[in-house]
Amino acid sequence: MADPIIISASPHVHSDRTSKRVMYDVLYALIPAFLVSIYVFGINALILTSVAVISCIVFEYLIQKYLLKTEIAIADGSALITGILLAFNLPSNLPIWMIIIGAFIAIGVAKLSFGGLGYNIFNPALVGRVFLLVCFPVQMTSWPIAVENYLSLDAVTGETTLGIIKEGLMYGETMTTISEKIPSVMELLLGITSGSAGEMSALALLLGGLFLIVRKVITWHIPVTILVTMAVMTGVFWLVNPELYANPLIHILSGGAILGAFYMATDLVTSPMTKKGMVIFAIGIAIITVVIRLFGAYPEGVSFAILIMNAFVPLIDKYFKPRRFGNKIKSKIM
Amino acid sequence: MLKTFPKGGIHPAENKITSSKAIKRMPVPKVVYVPIAQHIGIPSEIIVDRKDKVEIGQVIAKSGGFVSSNIHSPVAGTVTKLDMIVDTSGYKKQCIVIRTDVKNESNFEVQDFPLKKEITMGQKDILKHITDSGIVGLGGATFPSHVKLDLKNDNKVDCLIINGVECEPYLTADHRLMLERADEIIVGIQILMHALHINEAVIGIENNKKDAVKALKRAGQSDKRIKVAALQVKYPQGSEKQLIKAILKREVPKGGLPMDVGVIVHNVGTIFSIYLAVQYDQPLIERVVTVTGKKIENASNFWVKIGTPIKDLVAEVGGLPEGTRKIVNGGPMMGKAIKNTDVPVTKGTSGILVISEDEASRQDPKNCIRCGHCVFVCPMGLEPHLLMNLSEKGLYERAASEDIMTCIECGSCSYVCPSHRPLLDYIRFGKSIIKKLNTAKN
Repeated sequence: MADPIIISASPHVHSDRTSKRVMYDVLYALIPAFLVSIYVFGINALILTSVAVISCIVFEYLIQKYLLKTEIAIADGSALITGILLAFNLPSNLPIWMIIIGAFIAIGVAKLSFGGLGYNIFNPALVGRVFLLVCFPVQMTSWPIAVENYLSLDAVTGETTLGIIKEGLMYGETMTTISEKIPSVMELLLGITSGSAGEMSALALLLGGLFLIVRKVITWHIPVTILVTMAVMTGVFWLVNPELYANPLIHILSGGAILGAFYMATDLVTSPMTKKGMVIFAIGIAIITVVIRLFGAYPEGVSFAILIMNAFVPLIDKYFKPRRFGNKIKSKIM
Repeated sequence: MLKTFPKGGIHPAENKITSSKAIKRMPVPKVVYVPIAQHIGIPSEIIVDRKDKVEIGQVIAKSGGFVSSNIHSPVAGTVTKLDMIVDTSGYKKQCIVIRTDVKNESNFEVQDFPLKKEITMGQKDILKHITDSGIVGLGGATFPSHVKLDLKNDNKVDCLIINGVECEPYLTADHRLMLERADEIIVGIQILMHALHINEAVIGIENNKKDAVKALKRAGQSDKRIKVAALQVKYPQGSEKQLIKAILKREVPKGGLPMDVGVIVHNVGTIFSIYLAVQYDQPLIERVVTVTGKKIENASNFWVKIGTPIKDLVAEVGGLPEGTRKIVNGGPMMGKAIKNTDVPVTKGTSGILVISEDEASRQDPKNCIRCGHCVFVCPMGLEPHLLMNLSEKGLYERAASEDIMTCIECGSCSYVCPSHRPLLDYIRFGKSIIKKLNTAKN
């Protein structure tokens, strides 16, 4: 026999579900939301996304080649996805140099300094976004509104739905008067409003999210638990006083709730590995988000909530283990 | 909804290429190599010597203890050597080499065993026949069957489960046996029920073998105590613990045996051997083997004498195809890769799988992306990624406290890992070290 016989331990077959396929599935899932963002924000969205993606990949390459001197891993596609998700979480008219800083923080600080793919504790794209939000609060909260001229680089800015509600309530307005100023549910679904580049259309995001679940990249546990818990919590407040609190539908459809629930919180690396753990993680995110939205200084809190819960993931993984087969006694806590 | 086990499991491509191929009889080999360690437990003791003449079915190695088994000569011939040869484990093991006597007619007459339904033997005789006939679990575990039947008084067994699941891809040996010998299998079940005073038996068959479900339902319709359960197709349903859970919803406790939940499980092949042993006093000297592979010309199922070199089987199906890079004894999920085709068929050989270039090599492992799929698919509720890490770092005590020893080595974790991490390799390694540490302690 010419070729040597290979001896290896079982199993001798492997599923066709590879890292590469997982990456492509995430990319496909982001397409609808990306198209909506270009439709709504024109060429600015395209520039934002390209700059974020290119700088994430370049930073990963440079740091791995010259600083860490390790294998270049840009081919695994994770930097590409971080770039897209970072762009989705930024206003589309952000100055280019700020986008580059955000990309550096995401890749250099949040990902590679922790050990690279698989070792980072915090969601890199969200670390980049929150860093920018803290450093450049003005630029990071000037939300462009839908453009008329797609090629125009200038954007008219306005406030987000949640921003209008927060400000209105601060000045003593009631929800009845505020609701005339905010987009309708249909507009929120389609994405004709203002906000981060990728969080516009709830419908487009849900479409991609469903695709991810069908392709088994993510499970339903995190997104459904986040949205249900948010709906229940905001629902209780709304029932108690509908003049002071927005209804659950507005809370779920506006801001980063759906983007966060389906794309950011479900990041494989920074979320728990057991289904029980995922539910706990998701409930935590929903509670923190609602508390920030209703009682905090910021109108929106999804990014903070996810980052805070990211920090709890190692603990959650340690305490919420799958039920061992044949263990009648509930799995004991270490 | 068809029954199945609730936690974990995968569904690899079935590739049951040989499911419509009737079981053919392999020509009698010129030389047989009979290892003395063909079962789990103590190896048998050789009781023949060089140049001894042996008859077909004669005991050539005696059971070495309670958890051990007799070994019989598969052919009539002369013992030429007591040698060390490489068996499926990859190690050299002691083995009895017998040259077939081509003049002895008993080697070539195919015995016809007409269906014999009447069970005349008493309980003790039945158990004695099973013990003496060298019957071991033919599903692959090769656990001596009489050990399972030796009931202590405090174990009350109320259900006999017959394992006709055959969840390994490619393999069709049990499938064909169920189709062709359904009546005999039913009698075999009745023999065990009679011997053990059990009034309920369930045959578990995955629903990709609808014809086998039908055949056994028909064969067993007159006996109301025997039921056939069609199960959802899911690997590793053929594992005892998962099968019991799927059929009876009972969960074998950690470190326990099926007996602890009142169940005994036997493979359909084992049941057929028990039928022959009890009704016709035939020892276990041949079994059904599937010889298969995507590029194999005449893949089929065969009645094969124990001790037949695998190269004889390969020659029978048209030889090793161009580009063969791996030969597996067993199925693709749990089978063992063997070094060459000199290795003989043993009681535990359910199939020979030939894998070519494109599927033979593993891909390089990458970083764990914490996708959690190894946890989702683990039928035992373990965390393979964690166990791999602990084994890799030498933290064996923690690995033991994370229940590494309950791993059934089904390989589902390695199968699904998108980063191609060798999860099961490290878990096996960890288990072997912990076993050694435990023996050292005692």
